[in-house]
Amino acid sequence: MELFAARNIVKRYANHTALDDVSISISQQSVFGLLGPNGAGKTSLIRIMNQITGPDSGELFFAGEKLNQQHISQIGYLPEERGLYKKMEVGEHALYLAQLKGMKRPEAMKKLKVWFEKFEMTSWWKKKVEELSKGMQQKVQFIVTVLHEPRLLILDEPFSGFDPINANIIKNELLRLKANGSTVLLSTHNMASVEELCDEIALLNRSKKIIEGSVSAIRKSFRTNTYEVEFRGNLLGFTNALWAGAQLLEQEQVEDVCKVKVKLLANTTTNDLLQAVMRVSEVQGLREIVPTMNDIFIAKVNE
Amino acid sequence: MNKIFLIIQREYLTRVKKKSFIIMTLLGPLLISSTMILPVWLATRDHAEEQKIEVVDESFLFRDSIPPNKNIKFTYTTASLDKVQEDFYKTDFTAVLYVPSNIITGGGTVKLFYKEQPGVVTEEYIKTSIEEMIYNFKLQKNNVDLKTIRNAQTSISLITEKIAKNGSTERTSTSMQMGVGLVLGLLIYLFIFLYGAQVMRGVIEEKTSRIVEVIISSVRPFELMMGKIVGVALVGLTQFLLWLILTFSIYTAAQTALFSGIKAEAVQKELVKEQVFRKGANLEALKMDKPGKHTAGAYEALDTFGSIDFVSIVACFLFYFLAGYLMYAALFAAVGAAVDSETDVQQFMLPITIPLVLSFVMAQTIIKEPNSSLAFWFSIMPLTSPVIMMVRLPFGVPWPELALSMSLLVLGFVFTTWLASRIYRTGILMYGKKASYKELWKWLFYKG
Repeated sequence: MELFAARNIVKRYANHTALDDVSISISQQSVFGLLGPNGAGKTSLIRIMNQITGPDSGELFFAGEKLNQQHISQIGYLPEERGLYKKMEVGEHALYLAQLKGMKRPEAMKKLKVWFEKFEMTSWWKKKVEELSKGMQQKVQFIVTVLHEPRLLILDEPFSGFDPINANIIKNELLRLKANGSTVLLSTHNMASVEELCDEIALLNRSKKIIEGSVSAIRKSFRTNTYEVEFRGNLLGFTNALWAGAQLLEQEQVEDVCKVKVKLLANTTTNDLLQAVMRVSEVQGLREIVPTMNDIFIAKVNE
Repeated sequence: MNKIFLIIQREYLTRVKKKSFIIMTLLGPLLISSTMILPVWLATRDHAEEQKIEVVDESFLFRDSIPPNKNIKFTYTTASLDKVQEDFYKTDFTAVLYVPSNIITGGGTVKLFYKEQPGVVTEEYIKTSIEEMIYNFKLQKNNVDLKTIRNAQTSISLITEKIAKNGSTERTSTSMQMGVGLVLGLLIYLFIFLYGAQVMRGVIEEKTSRIVEVIISSVRPFELMMGKIVGVALVGLTQFLLWLILTFSIYTAAQTALFSGIKAEAVQKELVKEQVFRKGANLEALKMDKPGKHTAGAYEALDTFGSIDFVSIVACFLFYFLAGYLMYAALFAAVGAAVDSETDVQQFMLPITIPLVLSFVMAQTIIKEPNSSLAFWFSIMPLTSPVIMMVRLPFGVPWPELALSMSLLVLGFVFTTWLASRIYRTGILMYGKKASYKELWKWLFYKG
């Protein structure tokens, strides 16, 4: 089921077009990756989704309804450029932001206590924000983003500023939230986390959407028929054995074990390859090299 | 509506809890009341010291004739100055007054020797007493009748009265009206500057700390801006009110503590007398302990205090105070949104400060001619009316003019708020870019 949809969004500023006819569709209870190089229009789209700015044309839908002010309390937004009032006390600040999202003070208090205990930060409650480290502030921001249990979470670079341990905690929280029914839009440059977390993605480049779909389908569609073969034996013999059906891309030898990357040419199967090389060497492993999101990102953006 | 209330509450509470606010709130009244109390206290302290003065009069003109007052007593001796000086510390005289023999012919110097420095009042009293006695003596010597001279000296007091259309008259005092007008105008000017700048700083803080994007995903930029403006206004009103209450209580407390036994009125009288004395007014008034012409003038001014219609002035003051602030604060907020740090505000501050400073400078001229056409135009234009109209008000302003000025100010406020909110909502999301006037102009027409 579709939770959020943007159809044919156009946003122009004085000198440039930030979004040119961009459409996305986010399914319920999924993690949607919004990718793209700097300046591609991600932040513009995210701000439109949060009703911070409006599109010049195009329509937005939340759970089937036209997006309106009532939906604000059902969306949690963690912007990329985020901060807190430095002079406020942490607890008071968290309560303030929760109330702005429409929560009642006692309810917000109760939930905050739970989260603060979970993240082992109860002792911060009375501290001033400026006394916290950047990572600690990020934790507070993450909590207030998810506190009101929004149906849609919009997270812009949520892992920046976290050490690997805390980044992992946040990752696990996201997966738990998704399991509990939340939908997440994730905008990040960290492609490893995209592969790990995202079900579907959209790639923006120069104000246009250039790819969309599920991560596994996209990776499959970018296969280049390249395989990695590991074997014991003579590299020269192996190369000769390849004959016309495959092309050697890379080679690497550690002691007597060789690792090579070969690209199979048309009509050649992995079985053909194996038959050819088995005669001259002892094959230890064969696996297909599926391009990573990183490779795809770089390849598509540079096109 | 609920959210804007939350914002107002936060803006108000964080500012009121600040140390600088608390210190300013306490220091202000202390300063104000001490400038009111100190001169009075010093004056009464001076009078409290008894002066017993031994007079060595070589001219033989003043024997037993310098008029004493309740603090200064004179004793006359025939002993020589040297002898008196020698014995000075054996006696309980506080000072020795020496009058040389050639005092009438001129060139002689009257000297006052003391153990402890006498106050300026004592000195002035002795000086004017002797001067007047010599003056009288010279008149007599030249066969001029003292009474003729006295009769020739005339002092008139000018009372200004306003005749209203219905024929009733009302006593006014121009100096009092000028005073009230200027003080109220100055208050509005200061309030707009101080608290407008606070709004601007608040916006810049939200921008630089990057909290703003989190907030405006929950509330509209307009609500955030108005919440801040109203919150800061309440802080200003709180401070103003506390200053009034604290100044009054400190003043009253200090009065009872320092001058217990002396009625406040008496203290006030002493002060007026003191001022009259300093100005070198005629001694007669002091001797008789009756208000002299200056004193009378001051009392008249106090009497006419009641002639100014205070209820409507206070009502108008509150209106111009708030509407003027709201109009300017919106502009200050827009400037805050357009820049990235406080060091960049200069270029945008100019259009805001010019009308404000201009109106304050104009106030000094307009107060002298409150019904000129210059005064009229400046009190109608929204950017200058909050200060200028306050200056004019105590002199009486026809109500159609007042109504026109007020409605234009409300329009001005609506317009600047509209203008500011357009710049604000775009500006707060622009990081790391210094805007130009051309860009601000474009922001006005961006679609929400």
